Amino acid sequence: MDGPTKPRVLFAGDRCVVVEFGTAIDRAVNARVQQLRRDLEARPLGGITELVPTYRSLAVYFDPRRVGEGLPELLASRAASLEGSAETGGRCVVIPVGYGGERGPDLPEVARHAGLSESEVVSRHTGRDYYCYMLGFTPGFAYLGGMDETLATPRLANPRTKIPAGSVGIAGAQTGIYPIDSPGGWRLIGRTPLRLFDPDRTPPTLLDAGLWVRFVAVDEGEYAAVTDQVRRGAYVPEVRDREGNHEA
Amino acid sequence: MRLEVRRPGLLSTVQDGGRWGYQGKGVPVAGAMDLPAFRRGNLVAGNEPEEAALEITVLGPTLGVLEGEGIVAAAGADLGFALNGAPAPLLTAVRVRSGDEISFAGPRGGGCRGYLCFAGGVAVPPVMGSRSTFLRGALGGFHGRALRAGDVLETGDLPPLAFAGEGFSCPPDLDLDRSADRPLRVVPGPQDDAFTAEGREIFFSSAYRVTDEADRMGYRLEGPPVAHSRGADIVSDAVPLGAIQIPGHGRPICMLADRQTTGGYPKIAVICSDDVGVLAQRMAGDTVRFVAVTFAEALRWAKEEGDALENLRRARSTWRSRPRFPAGWDASGRWTLTVGERAYAVTWRARS
Repeated sequence: MDGPTKPRVLFAGDRCVVVEFGTAIDRAVNARVQQLRRDLEARPLGGITELVPTYRSLAVYFDPRRVGEGLPELLASRAASLEGSAETGGRCVVIPVGYGGERGPDLPEVARHAGLSESEVVSRHTGRDYYCYMLGFTPGFAYLGGMDETLATPRLANPRTKIPAGSVGIAGAQTGIYPIDSPGGWRLIGRTPLRLFDPDRTPPTLLDAGLWVRFVAVDEGEYAAVTDQVRRGAYVPEVRDREGNHEA
Repeated sequence: MRLEVRRPGLLSTVQDGGRWGYQGKGVPVAGAMDLPAFRRGNLVAGNEPEEAALEITVLGPTLGVLEGEGIVAAAGADLGFALNGAPAPLLTAVRVRSGDEISFAGPRGGGCRGYLCFAGGVAVPPVMGSRSTFLRGALGGFHGRALRAGDVLETGDLPPLAFAGEGFSCPPDLDLDRSADRPLRVVPGPQDDAFTAEGREIFFSSAYRVTDEADRMGYRLEGPPVAHSRGADIVSDAVPLGAIQIPGHGRPICMLADRQTTGGYPKIAVICSDDVGVLAQRMAGDTVRFVAVTFAEALRWAKEEGDALENLRRARSTWRSRPRFPAGWDASGRWTLTVGERAYAVTWRARS
């Protein structure tokens, strides 16, 4: 994979410029995106209204009445001034998942495809932390990286018309969680009772770009208990501090 | 005011300036498709520019005023705005009261999207800081959906001086240049280098046509294909309002209010935000051309549009504070004004 390049500031209309750090999906590139985002949140430039981090770039939205045409240069020098600071640690959100059964109807097929037992699939899926590169596609949907390659399974040939919110699935080499009820072709291996997207909550999404995610298998009793706590608004997600910078 | 939806129209939704601030969480912005028209409508109605209003599409709704009294202004395309069956002027503050009926006779040119702005706005609860309806996500607006017959809408509290604005019209020089053949101004980038020089030349010299696949999410265009220089996929990045993405087939897709926040097609250019509203009024079969402008020029035009809105606000203040005489008054006279110890003779004469 290609690593970070010298930051480039790209024009994107009269309300947005894009600071690009590379062209590939790469953790070091994404770390630079997060670094600039944090820096602009801590030391804002006048007129900036919204920051949208993606895999390899940071989109900077602004009020055109409140910035000058020197904004791209200001952002380029801000981005350049951050070079060299290393990414460390991070925070990891623990997501309880009920695997298999009616919550994960495709678990047997994923196991068959991988040539593994169902319990081995679960143990590999829960055996590492996933990095959240960005949110997109639907409200609260996290693009997670770092799945065990042996679990990669092609999408369904015929997508389902309705997948319940919280479903955990695999599509190719990606794994992810459906934040809202939606149609889709991912292989469903389980479901979490947590609400990935809740417009009445602040913040409305459970995950954020730059966070890590760890799935933990729960049994029927724990699943019911967490479901109940979520319903009462009493569930506090477990967030662990990560020490290293590794995926396992 | 309480209003009853007697006929919902083709697609009538509550929209404001958009749900900004959550694109990084994957939440589309939504909001009015023709923001310049929407903002003018609100200012004329007596509101701040981005108060929640009804966005109506081609065939407008029929609304009955059940209760109360208020001010309404219709903006955007001429969709045949009428009050109690009689044609009513656009971009004008019109007083409505209990028993009145607002209707639309049908489009008369000038586009497909209109705005019905009520003094005080449409009172729906804000969701994540906005009253805009995001239809695909069933989020915000009136129960996350388009209006249906039988729905009852409430308008918000009247802003100060709302009735003093009755009769106020947007001066024509503060409206937008909406000539049908004007090319849309675009800033090249962020991925204009993903296309061949010939492809870029074709993009900027061709006339494209709006296809049937044109909705609040985006407009697919038909016309000469634009060739990519190194494949039609990029690693997904942000999709700003007005981004023109070009997939492998080479035909442009303009991304509008309900667009996804991120996408994996290269974007040759982004339409200047005020010209996004011009595009949003075009319909299937209409022609679209693009002209490249620099970032500095685009910023200058955005500022000029902001100045035009400020001038409209001032014109509204002037209208509200204009002298008003009772009917039959011959509009000339004299009186004595006493300030402290001194008396001043004041005379005035009506201009003939």
